Amino acid sequence: MTWTWFHRLGSPPYVYGLAQRLTPWLGWPAALLIAGGLWGGLLLAPPDYQQGDGYRIIYVHAPSAWMSLMVYTTMAAAAAVGLIWRIKVAHAVAASCAAIGASFTFAALVTGALWGQPMWGTYWQWDPRLTSELILLFLYLGYIGLRAGLEDTQRADRASAVLAVVGVINVPIIHYSVTWWNSLHQAPSVMRLAKPTLPPSMLVPLMMMLLGFTLLFGALLLVRLRAQILARERSSAWIREALGT
Amino acid sequence: MKEFLDMGGYAAFVWPAYAVTLAVIALNIYWARRELEQARAAARRRLATQERGS
Repeated sequence: MTWTWFHRLGSPPYVYGLAQRLTPWLGWPAALLIAGGLWGGLLLAPPDYQQGDGYRIIYVHAPSAWMSLMVYTTMAAAAAVGLIWRIKVAHAVAASCAAIGASFTFAALVTGALWGQPMWGTYWQWDPRLTSELILLFLYLGYIGLRAGLEDTQRADRASAVLAVVGVINVPIIHYSVTWWNSLHQAPSVMRLAKPTLPPSMLVPLMMMLLGFTLLFGALLLVRLRAQILARERSSAWIREALGT
Repeated sequence: MKEFLDMGGYAAFVWPAYAVTLAVIALNIYWARRELEQARAAARRRLATQERGS
């Protein structure tokens, strides 16, 4: 096994071209899966025996919450690689994640509140799951603010990477909060080791949404990564090539 | 159709939840594209200055 692929992934021009070629292969399947998941979740899945049609919020809430955690984990992993091996492209990946993650964390919190009101009788509660998810939003916003406050890209990369890596401790806390503490929030019904508790007619649209959101993240990340690489690169020869001028 | 829009009485919660999530998706697509467009424009300007300088 050779390590050439790893070295090539550290090369900005190579990654720029690769990102450009891969984007449609993630974006179009994402669009189809999300469209199919919406169709299945709103029209084909039966109402829940307890929550009626109100449970259908799961098809937007669970994928948003999944995004909030997956994007943060990706951001922290890329930041760690950037810190340890001093790879510019890794820092560019981490920087590309933040706004995507923050916006889906916001969606997870809002859809959760809209689900909480009819089912629990409250939009908000200082409950372990809800509070740790809100902290996640603040971590993203802190990361974005820190980067915006530092002019020098290298300093911004390093400082924000430390924040991202330290903050990753919140990810398992969010995930296990419903098991560790008494929470209003229900225990996982899909993301668990044993078989999921949902019947296939409810589960399949949810899986389509989860996979669709994941691929959407991939496509968004690749587009933003190209912007980051262009902004960081100083060699004019390949920029000219990348711009096609 | 009316039954579908009514969402078994949960319309006031289900539809805003879907609207917010779809808006976040649409915004993300718009932001990512704008980011790339701006980076390309900035890179073009840098190239032009370099060529004038050399």
